[in-house]
Parts: sequence; structure tokens; C-alpha cells
Amino acid sequence: MALDPYKIREDFPILTRKINDHQLIYFDNAATSQKPKQVIEVVKNFYENHNANVHRAVHTLSQEASELYENAHEEVANFINAKGIEETVFVRGTTEAINLVAYAWGLQNLKREDEVLVTLMEHHSNIVPWENLSKMQSFQVKYAQVNNDGTLNYEAFEKMITNKTKIICMSHVSNVTGVVNDVARIAKIAHEHGALILVDGAQSVPHMPVNVKDLDLDFLAFSGHKMLAPTGIGVLYGKRELLESMEPFHGGGEMIREVSFSPKTRRCSITWNSLPWKFEAGTPHISGGVGLMEAVRYLKRIGMENVKKHEETLTRYAMPHMKECSKRIQIYGPQDPSAKCGIIPFGVEGLSSHDIALFLDNYGIMVRSGYHCAQPLHELFKLNSSARASFYIYNTREEIDKFIEVLKEIERF
Amino acid sequence: MGVIEDYVARTEGTCGKDKDIIVTFKYDKKDEAIKRILGKAKVHKSIARIIFELTFKNYSFRLYGSGKAIFRDLKDKEELNSILTDLLS
Repeated sequence: MALDPYKIREDFPILTRKINDHQLIYFDNAATSQKPKQVIEVVKNFYENHNANVHRAVHTLSQEASELYENAHEEVANFINAKGIEETVFVRGTTEAINLVAYAWGLQNLKREDEVLVTLMEHHSNIVPWENLSKMQSFQVKYAQVNNDGTLNYEAFEKMITNKTKIICMSHVSNVTGVVNDVARIAKIAHEHGALILVDGAQSVPHMPVNVKDLDLDFLAFSGHKMLAPTGIGVLYGKRELLESMEPFHGGGEMIREVSFSPKTRRCSITWNSLPWKFEAGTPHISGGVGLMEAVRYLKRIGMENVKKHEETLTRYAMPHMKECSKRIQIYGPQDPSAKCGIIPFGVEGLSSHDIALFLDNYGIMVRSGYHCAQPLHELFKLNSSARASFYIYNTREEIDKFIEVLKEIERF
Repeated sequence: MGVIEDYVARTEGTCGKDKDIIVTFKYDKKDEAIKRILGKAKVHKSIARIIFELTFKNYSFRLYGSGKAIFRDLKDKEELNSILTDLLS
């Protein structure tokens, strides 16, 4: 059954807000999603009734907090079809997840002759860690070409995958254009060449079914805050054997089983904790994990296939209306909605993206403006910046109608 | 700096090659700030008090009825503060 955005809206207190005397229309979902009352309530309930540190004590509260936190890992593992909690490491977000792989796996495995393959449509979080690490390890970072419409040039990409390629790092969905990449196709070729694939799922996991086994991904990084959960919690999925073989990223409490001082060597010998705790040093973001668990349950009740269809419907509705409302409006990236999900980058001739965003803000409509942390793709499009409307489960056709109405006003300026 | 502290809530440089600075006026002072600015700057275009294209001295900028303004291609924050001081005094 299709999702009912009007029913869903009742769960989101913030959507009743007025901004500049207009009903809030939130079209900045690619930056972060709003939070349903179920998630807000579960976080509040955690602090009111179960707050304690995890895996540290035998008392009742700590046992409850530990159980909730472990259940959160279980829920997330199940959501993406990972084998179990040992394959789901909780981190701060996608950026930290990618950095974890870069430093924990990359430092051990990348050497001078090796190549890391990245696409030109990546968010800076999937470029900067590899460029930084290459300065230390002297490997090559190579960039796969993107076509003029923002889609990936698969033929050129596949030719770049060689036996020197050690890891391919690419987004599942572009945060600028909404282009959906065929990561299963690239994963297959990567594995044929003995390379790994790391997928940035920040814009896919919240919006469509993602099954790590079907796609045969080695690593998948995503953020909780883009999928109804609190900020500061995210996930790194990794195949168990890979995570087992990696050294920890951060050192400290929680991630060790034993730290033993030897009077003979005057050194400490350390054994790591089991997965996923080996990669979760220090006190984790427990309430964030609990919030993420509730967010996942909320999305599962709706059904990810329904989420995907709803956003596709909104995108198919919005794109032609945006083009029709003014000749000065240009939509960047693919013009065919079937090549993308619910992200629409656009510009208005004579206005900067920030002008557009502030104009819309006057009417209570929130869109993102700027580079969206993807400067290389904007340079490819020869754009200084872009405005971006992005949809989620609570957005409606009526909101798009209002958005179009306001865009028509811009024509007058 | 007094007049800026009176009227300005925050200023933020934007990302991108457009070196824009967005000024947000204090909510309870925005109407007064807009009135002062419109009294000093020259209006070139506007839509129903939602957006104004203005020039002041050699600077062009846009002012929004929601209490925000975008200044472009300024050297630094000192230059911005100097313009804002002149506009809001």
C-alpha cells in the first residue's frame, strides 16, 4: 500500500511550524531529515528511564542501556541485511565511517603502487580522507569521469579498474543530482580485479531498500540524521572478515578486551574487543543509537519500497512543473526522473543559489544552496553553486504546488 | 561596532565561488533595520517588499523582507562592518 504523507505528517511536530508567516515547507532533506515524535519520545524516554553507560557495569540501568544499544545494532543490521551486529559499527556519521575505512583499512593495505578509485560526483567526505591518506602512503587517487548530465560514465569507469585498484569509493546516490549509481555492477567488476568497494549510502539508505548482500558491498557508510534519527549517530557496515582483519581506528575504553602491563617489557599488551565494539572506542552515543533503532523501525513500518516510490512520484511531478514555470529556471543533472531519486538541483538565471534560497525562505520554503560539499561536480557543471530541493516521506504535491507558485514569483525579479 | 550589535544577529560566509556574505538581522529589529537601509540605499528593483536590489556607495546587494541581506565580493568582514555601520546608523 502506498504511503500516506498526510498521515505521516501528524508524527512530525516541526511541520506545524510557521516561518515568516508561512507554513513550513521542508525541502532540505538531503541535508538532514526532520524527526518523528516516536524518535523524539524514545530518546527522551531513554534519558528519563534508562540512562547509564553501556558495557561498564552490572547494575540494572547499565544492563538496560546495554541491551537497548545492542538491540539498536541488531535492528540496523537487519535493515540492511547484514549478517549481524558484528558487521554494523556505530559511528558519528558517514564522514566518520569513511575515515574509519581510510585509516583503519587504508593504512594497513594501501602502498605506493596502489590506486584508489573515486568518482567526480563524490561528496567531499569521500574525497578528502583518500587525498589525505595518499599524502602519507603515496598511493594514487584516480577520479572516474561523470557525463555532462551528471550520470556516471560506466565504460570509462570500468576501464579504470585494474589490478592496481585496491578500493573503489563511490556514492550510491549523488547528493547533488540525485543520480542513482549501479553499485552492484561496479562491485562485481571490483571483485573480479581483487579490489574492494566502499559505498557512501548517505543519500540511498534513507530513501530506498539497500541490501548489502545483494549488492555485494564490502563497506557501506550512512548517517542516522538523514533517516529520521538524531544527529551524531551513523553506521559503517563492513564484511565481517574485513573488519576482523583491520586494526582499530580509535583507541580507548570499550574497544579493548584487555590492557595488561608487563613489568618485564614495561609495556602494555592489548587485545581488542569483539566486533563491532573494537571500532567503538569510548562511551558511544547511546541515545543516538536508540533513536536510530526507532527511526529504522518507523521506516520499516512504512516500507522502503513505498518510500522510494513516493519520492519518485514527487520528483516526476515537480520537475516538469519547475521547467514550465519559467524559462529562467534550469534543472541540473539528468532531465529524466527515472535516472534519479528525490533530489532536484536547480538555478535561476540572474540569481545566485543563495538568493533563490532566501527568496524561498521568505515563503517558509527551506532549500539548500551552495556547493553541497561537492565542489568538483559543480566545477564539471561550470556552476558556482546550485539550489537544491530534496524530498522525503512527509512531503506532498501541495507543497510542490506552493514551491512552484513561489518560483514563478522569481520570474518577476 | 555598536550599531551592528544592535541590529545584526549573525553574519555567515557562503560556500562556493560566489563569495557571498549573508547578514541576518535580529528578529525584533529587522523591520527597523530594513527601514534604515531603504532610507539610505537606492532601490533598483523589488517585488512586493520581499526582495530588494539595492546599491549604496559602490556596493550592490540584495535585501529580503524576512530580515536577511546578501553582500557580494567584499574583501573582508571589516569592509562589511563599515558598510553596515553606514547603512544602519
